[in-house]
Amino acid sequence: MTKQEALHIYLLRMGDDSLILGQRLSQLCGHGPILEEDIALTNVALDLIGQATLFLEYSGELAEQPKTNDELAYLRLEKEYVNAILVEQPNGHFGDTILRQFLFDAYRKPLLEKLLDSNDERLAGIAEKSLKETKYHLRHSSEWVIRLGDGTEESHERIQNSLESLLRYAHELFFENEVDKLLIAEGIVPSAESIFPIWEKTLNDVLKEATLTLPKNNWKFQGGREGRHSEHMGYLLAEMQYMQRTYPNMEW
Amino acid sequence: MSESKGWPLWEVFVRSKQGLNHKHVGSLRASDATMAIKNARDVYTRRAEGISIWVVPSNNITASDPSEEDSLFEPSQTKVYRHPTFYDVPDGISHM
Amino acid sequence: MKDLNISKLEAIFQQKIDDDVKIEPNDWMPDAYRKSLIRQISQHAHSEVVGMLPEGNWITRAPNLRRKAVLLAKVQDEAGHGLYLYSAAETLGADREKTIDDLHSGKAKYSSIFNYPTLTWADMGAIGWLVDGAAIMNQVPLCRCSYGPYARAMIRVCKEESFHQRQGFEVINKLAEGTIEQKEMAQDALNRFWWPALMMFGPSDDDSSHTEQSMRWKIKRNTNDELRQMFVDVTVPQAESIGLKVPDPHLKWNEEKECYDFGPIDWDEFWQVVGGNGPCNKERVDARRKAKEDGKWVVEAAMAFANKRNAKKTA
Repeated sequence: MTKQEALHIYLLRMGDDSLILGQRLSQLCGHGPILEEDIALTNVALDLIGQATLFLEYSGELAEQPKTNDELAYLRLEKEYVNAILVEQPNGHFGDTILRQFLFDAYRKPLLEKLLDSNDERLAGIAEKSLKETKYHLRHSSEWVIRLGDGTEESHERIQNSLESLLRYAHELFFENEVDKLLIAEGIVPSAESIFPIWEKTLNDVLKEATLTLPKNNWKFQGGREGRHSEHMGYLLAEMQYMQRTYPNMEW
Repeated sequence: MSESKGWPLWEVFVRSKQGLNHKHVGSLRASDATMAIKNARDVYTRRAEGISIWVVPSNNITASDPSEEDSLFEPSQTKVYRHPTFYDVPDGISHM
Repeated sequence: MKDLNISKLEAIFQQKIDDDVKIEPNDWMPDAYRKSLIRQISQHAHSEVVGMLPEGNWITRAPNLRRKAVLLAKVQDEAGHGLYLYSAAETLGADREKTIDDLHSGKAKYSSIFNYPTLTWADMGAIGWLVDGAAIMNQVPLCRCSYGPYARAMIRVCKEESFHQRQGFEVINKLAEGTIEQKEMAQDALNRFWWPALMMFGPSDDDSSHTEQSMRWKIKRNTNDELRQMFVDVTVPQAESIGLKVPDPHLKWNEEKECYDFGPIDWDEFWQVVGGNGPCNKERVDARRKAKEDGKWVVEAAMAFANKRNAKKTA
């Protein structure tokens, strides 16, 4: 594997995480629990679609046969998407949505912070822009986890359940294979090892303030980074790719 | 607040750029001040309209009574001597 | 205050309006003015919020990343506009949650256009171009309406909406210059949305119960028919310029009056849709009701949390 191939895949992961989570959040536009929060979640969706655009654009340029970001976003097979399974999980109730977001933001923020020092300038540039947005996302999602956790009995129970069902997908965010090893050696990306403790600390701090408890079952679920997704992914893609698949080769 | 479980109303003030006053832009609902600031950011500064936000619970604002408008504000209208244009300065005098 | 009787207050009030002095929340105003305004502003707010749904229907299927982002931003603006307007209504004492409950119970109305389904991507173009176009025609004069908070909300709304119509026209124009399938898609959207767009201006002046008084109060600045005519006159040439045909066999330029004559509007359909029998009335209101019901525990939790924290602070 060359450096270019590795970076192509790494950027694809970053892009797919953003794209798929952005797609999930955009399903909620118009259906938020209260208007103010509808607007806030849509802002997060917009930021993520923007980040996907940048990551996929760069990734596409590095592909063996260069592709546009739209080609990557809309015209791959399911197994070619390498987002973490966490981000394709359905929106569920607001607690599920917010907890999924929190688990992701708490990983994405330290990752982007470390990518600021990447030897790859363009990647560092995208990280810098994305970081400003992601800091805000993390504040937003962690404040909500705390509110729901330490809110009413009902909200506490609901978000505790969200945690029970979603945490097992979060560990995949720290997946590593030869792609990472090569890029870490080149000083282009940070190691999962360097991000995990930061993620874990954020998680523990927020859960504590939210009066939530870490699930006992620590099963780690993975597959998305290697193209093995959950059953939800096919439907998500069918919807997202609908226009491009139904009307191939047209400009919109 | 007319109902107990809903979120209180907040008035939002935005400073559009350094050197200008915060200006009232509207209101919104939020459960606490932190959320009110966030919501204000998302609702009222989507197009880079501000660099600083104040939020104040609407029920903490005391307003002057419009029916007393005459007694409150009219007296100052007749005190023209508070304005520089009231005074005659001979031609040729500058820096004044 | 006591020595002024109501008719004298009313005279002062009308004088202010005639002199183009804005009415502000705490000023004295006739009950009927307050009621009319609450009705008008909350209908307007509901229209923005319900209006998110037909377009929201296509965000997840937008054909490329740029279109997806633009549509998200646009629908988000509509939530913002709904919020500005609910805020304006609240200055008149109309509690937002109660106002929203009236929408959910079917008591309050919203623009009839949003009860039509969005069936193809071209509908995103048609809505931006025609529906936002019609809305802007309605809203620009309201920036000068007599009630301060409403006028200020409308100024904000109009400023933000200027991109909405353009993006819609861009969508439809792209289709009109595209493949045969795309052209057909664009024409089909125009066929379906043209008449409902004309109906958006409301019943003909002869049948509009509120117009006269609203004009005197300057909470309405043009009649329904005037605005409808303006809309037809600017939109027909736009359709022609991109090679689409307005679906009206009676449409003809009137040299003498220097405006278009257009065919009769199907007012039966209009009243049916207003009355709840449009293709999507139920879906729209159900979706809004569901959002509120699903969010109830969230709203309660946040309030309970705030109260706990406040108690800790003061303890």
